[in-house]
Amino acid sequence: MNAVSSTVMSIAPATREMSRARVFGAYLQEARVECLRYLRNPGFMIPTLILPTAFYLMFGILLGHANGPEAPRYLLAAYGTFGVMSPGLFGFGVALSMERDNGLLTLKRALPMPPGAYLLGKVVMAMFAAAVVSCVLVLLATLVAHVQLSAAQMAALFATNLFGSLPFCAMGLMLGMLIKGSGAPGIVNLIYLPMAFLSGLWFPLSLMPKAVQNLALALPPYHLNQIALSAVGLGQSAVWPHVATLAAFSAGFLAIAARRLRRHG
Amino acid sequence: MNTNASPIAQLSSVVKRYGNHTAVDGLDLMLHRGEIFALLGPNGAGKSTTISMLLGLVRPDAGRVELFGEDPQQLVARRRIGVMLQSAALPPVVRVGELLRLTASYYPAPRDERETAELAGVADLLKRPYAALSGGQQRRVQFALALCGRPELLFLDEPTVGMDLEARQKLWTAVRHLVAEGTGVVLTTHYLEEAEALANRVCVMARGRVLSEGSVDDLRARVALKRVRCISRLRAADVAAWPEVAEARDEGERLWLSTDRAEIVVRRLLDADAQLDELEVQRAGLAEAFTELTRAAEAPTADTREAA
Repeated sequence: MNAVSSTVMSIAPATREMSRARVFGAYLQEARVECLRYLRNPGFMIPTLILPTAFYLMFGILLGHANGPEAPRYLLAAYGTFGVMSPGLFGFGVALSMERDNGLLTLKRALPMPPGAYLLGKVVMAMFAAAVVSCVLVLLATLVAHVQLSAAQMAALFATNLFGSLPFCAMGLMLGMLIKGSGAPGIVNLIYLPMAFLSGLWFPLSLMPKAVQNLALALPPYHLNQIALSAVGLGQSAVWPHVATLAAFSAGFLAIAARRLRRHG
Repeated sequence: MNTNASPIAQLSSVVKRYGNHTAVDGLDLMLHRGEIFALLGPNGAGKSTTISMLLGLVRPDAGRVELFGEDPQQLVARRRIGVMLQSAALPPVVRVGELLRLTASYYPAPRDERETAELAGVADLLKRPYAALSGGQQRRVQFALALCGRPELLFLDEPTVGMDLEARQKLWTAVRHLVAEGTGVVLTTHYLEEAEALANRVCVMARGRVLSEGSVDDLRARVALKRVRCISRLRAADVAAWPEVAEARDEGERLWLSTDRAEIVVRRLLDADAQLDELEVQRAGLAEAFTELTRAAEAPTADTREAA
């Protein structure tokens, strides 16, 4: 006991300064623990990784050729988009609303956690999950469904999915600020699944009524899916309008979240 | 104690309102190094709001809150504190060692993991996921997270809820050890014996104000009540009706009562029951003092109790 009793007294004010390396280390730890907690959580991994993979195997590969030769390629883009939606919506949004409710966020705000480490950790986690789901789908597409993809196409799709998770992080942040507590998973599912359907991720929009086709323009997954289709060589229009639309959506979500944060703390 | 040394945290004339409810009403407090400061009060007294302001979670509407001379919202100030909150659901699948490393990473010069784990009594839990622990073990892990950064001021909010007697004793020992190192401690607790066992200074709050502040002995001395215990055939219900008796109850085979006129009550007891046995008279404990102090303050308004 006496061995340690002198140490606190001897700490000079200088050592209370946090070195840049230590601050960076704190960000890294935060991101690492965020990733670990989702990797170990089947409730998160199943919708994020297993559902898109299983859907792709079923509709894109086993039943895919019935829908024409390009179906595996088309659905690689669609299920990629579907897969990268959930880390942001669930890992970010649902987790935030739970943690606002159960005291974890309060504890983190009281602790000297570097500013932004909490949100950044969740963004890293979402991008990491997006990268994993993206790789799994591309492997299935090329090895099992024999979709011919150039290296450039693969890289473009990977980048699309990786950064495509960001608008959904922003949306998750907004939802997490608006909803509080255990109702969040249900509410987010009620947004997530219809939004995926209405954006044409499961059925081509061309088979749907005109009203649905118009509605899709107002949904972020539609725009991400258009970028992903371009990445795999099935682009129907220029990419930049969709990128700009997603950026605008993200800015809007962030603005609502920030306003909510200012008003309610 | 240490009243000459400069405080490490203080509140001056602090007011905090929620709507038209005043949670904290002109509060002045000073916290010092090497001192265990217990903040007591009934629910809704303003303890949580006070702690939240010291932690930078809530801003005061008026007055000043300082932590190491800074605004508590400044990271520099909070790098010198450790925090154990009453309820914080840590991520269930993360292992104890991982939680310790994460929390330690926020601090400039944390304890090493072994030292933290041994102090908090979690050395055998490091590889276990948080959710696999019992309630008492989870509390110990939260305590470990609070002390891992080598804090100069430690906030402990109801630290021993859910702990068994042995775990509670161990936590008290660890707290005393930290205080011997020079750490200041802010303790909020519903266990008055905990405050009695640990605190150097006790502050009783009610309705956002300080009712009493001083050592445990000072506080007890403010209340003239004494405890009388004996084995008697007299029944508590009858004795409670005597004008000098503040409170009476049966504790097993014993009669227990509190009074501010012990001499008169004892004489009357002996007169009423010649067989009376094992008579004890003691000065009131912190519990009676607390009840007495807060009863007076709480009586006029019952409606403010809800907002904690």
